[in-house]
Amino acid sequence: MIEIKNITKTFGAFTAVDNISFTVEEGETVVFLGSSGSGKTTLLKMINRLLEPDSGEILIDGRRVVDQRVEDLRRKMGYVFQNTGLFPHYTIGENIATVPRLLRWDRQRIEQRTTTLLEKLQLSPAQYLAAYPRELSGGQQQRVGIARALAADPPILLMDEPFGALDPITRSNVRKDFKELDELRSKTIVLVTHDIQEAFELADRILLMDKGRIVQQGTPDELLFKPGSDYVRQFLQEQRFQLEAERIAPGDYPALIRAFDHFKTRES
Amino acid sequence: MEQHESLWLFMQQQSGKLLQQTIQHIGLTFISLSIAILIGLPLGIYITRNRRLAGIVLGVAGILQTIPSIALLGFMIPILGIGPIPAITALFLYALLPVIRNTYEGINGVDAGVREAAIAMGMTPFQRLVRVELVLAFPVIMAGIRTATVINVGVGTLAAYIAAGGLGEFIFGGIALNNTNMILAGAIPAALLAILLDFLLSLVQHTGGRGRRRAIALLPVALLVFSSFYVLPVGGGSRLLAGFTPEFMGRRDGDIGLRAEYGLHIRTVVISDAVMYKAIYNHKLDVISGYSTDGRLKAYDLIVLNDDKKIFPPYYAAPVIRKEVLTKYPELGPVLNKLAGKINDSLMTLLNYKAEYEGQSPEQIARDFLTGQGLYHVPGTGDKGTVVLGSKIFPEQYILTDMYAMLIRGYTDLKVESKTGLGGTKICFEALTHGQIDMYPEYTGTALLAILQPSPDVAARLAANRDSVYNYVSQRFDREYGLTWLEPIGFNNAYALMMRRSQARQLGILSISDLANYLKKER
Repeated sequence: MIEIKNITKTFGAFTAVDNISFTVEEGETVVFLGSSGSGKTTLLKMINRLLEPDSGEILIDGRRVVDQRVEDLRRKMGYVFQNTGLFPHYTIGENIATVPRLLRWDRQRIEQRTTTLLEKLQLSPAQYLAAYPRELSGGQQQRVGIARALAADPPILLMDEPFGALDPITRSNVRKDFKELDELRSKTIVLVTHDIQEAFELADRILLMDKGRIVQQGTPDELLFKPGSDYVRQFLQEQRFQLEAERIAPGDYPALIRAFDHFKTRES
Repeated sequence: MEQHESLWLFMQQQSGKLLQQTIQHIGLTFISLSIAILIGLPLGIYITRNRRLAGIVLGVAGILQTIPSIALLGFMIPILGIGPIPAITALFLYALLPVIRNTYEGINGVDAGVREAAIAMGMTPFQRLVRVELVLAFPVIMAGIRTATVINVGVGTLAAYIAAGGLGEFIFGGIALNNTNMILAGAIPAALLAILLDFLLSLVQHTGGRGRRRAIALLPVALLVFSSFYVLPVGGGSRLLAGFTPEFMGRRDGDIGLRAEYGLHIRTVVISDAVMYKAIYNHKLDVISGYSTDGRLKAYDLIVLNDDKKIFPPYYAAPVIRKEVLTKYPELGPVLNKLAGKINDSLMTLLNYKAEYEGQSPEQIARDFLTGQGLYHVPGTGDKGTVVLGSKIFPEQYILTDMYAMLIRGYTDLKVESKTGLGGTKICFEALTHGQIDMYPEYTGTALLAILQPSPDVAARLAANRDSVYNYVSQRFDREYGLTWLEPIGFNNAYALMMRRSQARQLGILSISDLANYLKKER
């Protein structure tokens, strides 16, 4: 469980995160959704102390993050970067083994773990274990980035625009495989994105952010059907029909027609 | 073609010395490089963490880089003496900047995303440095090490100036002796060494993956091995230490003659005459090879050991002039001869001392001297024609040239133009034979051994006698080059062995034979 209490972070005169509080329950997937500059990445980076807040505190399972050794804290959280952040001088196997090696796992256990993860992420270990990141496509690199974050089986996974740098087709493929990973069950996930579709697809709960504040938080359905403000409605407007249509059971044509009418009236 | 063959021959004959010098050179290069890495690498890393210091550290290292190498070596003699320690210190200072700068740039150049990933994975700052930053910065750091290596091989040739050995011994000996083969025997291996080391290090620089990690592990070992090549360039033996110039070492009327004629076996280092006098003054050396009229003789209270077996040929100075100039302006001969026999050894030493240690201008010294001799005249009209005077690049020559210029202006209506500071014997002589200058003061011994280069037995036969050398060179200059030797000025600026006056008195040494006997007894 991650508790964020009254966190504020400024960069000079600019307030990136403005007195935000919320809680992520264990096993929950929370998405920070917002346009660029909304403070969502800043917020994420404060969870594993890549950035330190000006005020407020963050607790993990009831323990303040500042009370533990920062390296230990980070080793218990997977982190996926938009631009992979893979180590170019490490092989794929070595990249994935980064945190297990820091935790001094024995060699055999590390080998087993990297092989398993590559298989789960649809990359053939025989082909890729000894390859270098530059030899892989963008989608494959991002899969390795996810495998690396999961390697030491951390209870928490932080993801910063993990699919953002990929082209649309690759993105939906990687995302699909990601969603189906059994590894993710019971993991607490915090994901940052500006992609509405992605947020609605992956989130148990969405925090819609703007100018360092939470505009509305709730389940995708709540944001879609009970928008708290014009800003929220406006933000979702463009993709509303698609989002609503996805929420209708296959074959329920009357509901689909209702949604379409609904969409049209709001458009006009 | 002949040049090639004789170069090859020279290198074969001197192969033992050449190998020793090359090994010393590699040793010097790598010892100083290792120290530069040992200090520069941590310093470079440190300033990536303390950006405010970066400007200061890089600035200081940059300033060190701009100090002329020979000046840096000169500064070090009073502090560190002569030999390997000041040489290595100087080389180390030159190697420092590329190592620090490339470490700093290399680490700063590591992709910010990769660095952040290392932090986010939970690496400690040290783990991040060793596992990520240094490995990724390695090619840039290696580029700095390559630069430093090439600089060290180059500057390392100057180590020969301060008795630290290396390939510079041949290069500077060859320059002084006007011996092209000797220069090349030092310069070619030095150039090849620079190219080879640069190439080998470039292979290391461009390794990737596991090879790179292996290279990083092996590099310190290689540095250590190469560093151990350096063996002190001093033979065992006597308690007294001699410092001889590269030129003196290679001459028959130098070290070779001392061994053959006097049986003088003294522990010897090779050193430049620019720093030699200071080194003996500071008790870093006990015996040096110098010139008998050098002003420093007086400044540092040294005495000249008597050459009782006459192995140093006379070096009487006299003006050498083109015959056609003399024919065109016949009045020049008597005017230039007004100086003949007027300046003896101690007088010339005094004049040199005034120039070097009292800071008087050569012109002032020349005017005072001529006035004192009653030779100074007010300049004439200067409308008859022009005579071009040349001189080599040391004070004695400037003084003499100024005297001749004043005499010509005072006693004729000729105009005088001076081209002073011509690099050395070879440059002066070529300028004269090509008509770019009309005359310059030359020394009989130099003309004999550096220009005419007669066979050894001819040289030996002539060597001991003042008049026979003068007659021989003036005849051959007249016949072969159309140049006339006027009358000698009087002093003999010959090679000489020198010691500190106090030490020579204490040991009872007056002549070279005394020195040789002292060394034999000691053994």
